[in-house]
Amino acid sequence: MDSKTKRAMRYLTLVSAFAFMAYGVTRGEVSVVLNKAVNICLECIGLG
Amino acid sequence: MKKIGINVKRKLIQIAAFGFTNSKLANFSKGNIYTGNWKQFCNPGLNCYSCPAATYACPIGAMQAVAGSMNYRFSFYVVGFLLAVGVLFGRLICGYICPFGLIQEVIHLLPVKKIKIPKWMTYIKYAVLLVFVIILPAAVTNYMGIGKPTFCQYICPAGTLEGGIPLLSTHSELRQTLGHIFSLKITILVLVVIGCCFVYRFFCKTLCPLGAIYGLLNKVSFYHMTIDDHKCIHCGKCASVCKMDVNPVKECDSAECIRCGKCVESCPTDAIHLGFRDKKSSQ
Repeated sequence: MDSKTKRAMRYLTLVSAFAFMAYGVTRGEVSVVLNKAVNICLECIGLG
Repeated sequence: MKKIGINVKRKLIQIAAFGFTNSKLANFSKGNIYTGNWKQFCNPGLNCYSCPAATYACPIGAMQAVAGSMNYRFSFYVVGFLLAVGVLFGRLICGYICPFGLIQEVIHLLPVKKIKIPKWMTYIKYAVLLVFVIILPAAVTNYMGIGKPTFCQYICPAGTLEGGIPLLSTHSELRQTLGHIFSLKITILVLVVIGCCFVYRFFCKTLCPLGAIYGLLNKVSFYHMTIDDHKCIHCGKCASVCKMDVNPVKECDSAECIRCGKCVESCPTDAIHLGFRDKKSSQ
């Protein structure tokens, strides 16, 4: 991959990343993450 | 005055990052986990959100939680976060920030014979990412459309070590429900600990789905490595000091490089550069 393509990929990925995050926030994914993270995850500790 | 080596600087940053992501230490004695608003944000490194001290959500756990929830099959929020962190820093996160990376490095200090793993084993983590983190939580669902976080449930040794053992030691009612899944997870944890004694960052190299994501982004990340071909004398010192079994001269964008900087320090001609900007090549 030449340096020009690499640079373009960097910026494209960064812009997509922020667009993904914004879309995820607007459709309410943050509350799903919070809800999972503030309760003991039985699967994580091996009881799932 | 004697200059502080890159390894000491890295260790200090790793310890600080470990403390920052696990700041709720009092919860260990209470047997609780932190339930505040910081948990809506993901931690860039692998750190179980059921660890009593954890302040942030685990990105791999969060990705599966959203994909396995009733309303969504894919987490734009978490994938976006990982893409942003990954494209900015690549596997620098693994080398400097990941709490489970530090734990593995401490285990590796045990004085036993150190060995290298074959290259094919480093590809297992991509299969783990695809099957256990992306496909199974979204595809295998119950009658309500809810999937399980299969990586957390069947594999994650960080969850067993940071969440399982501390919580089970303080909750007798949870201990009564232990079964085959816990036996499987303890077996994986023991195997990973044994692996880490012999192989540097055994889990990162073979199984970590977060390492797989950041590894792929290492190839295009803003923080990157450059080799000055005019300065390089091909002495091979950089490859010989690399604990991730990378030859920086041949593969400076390797998905395995955790940007620890050991090769930069070892280079006798200052031909290796790590940073956000390209270093101008000398003629």
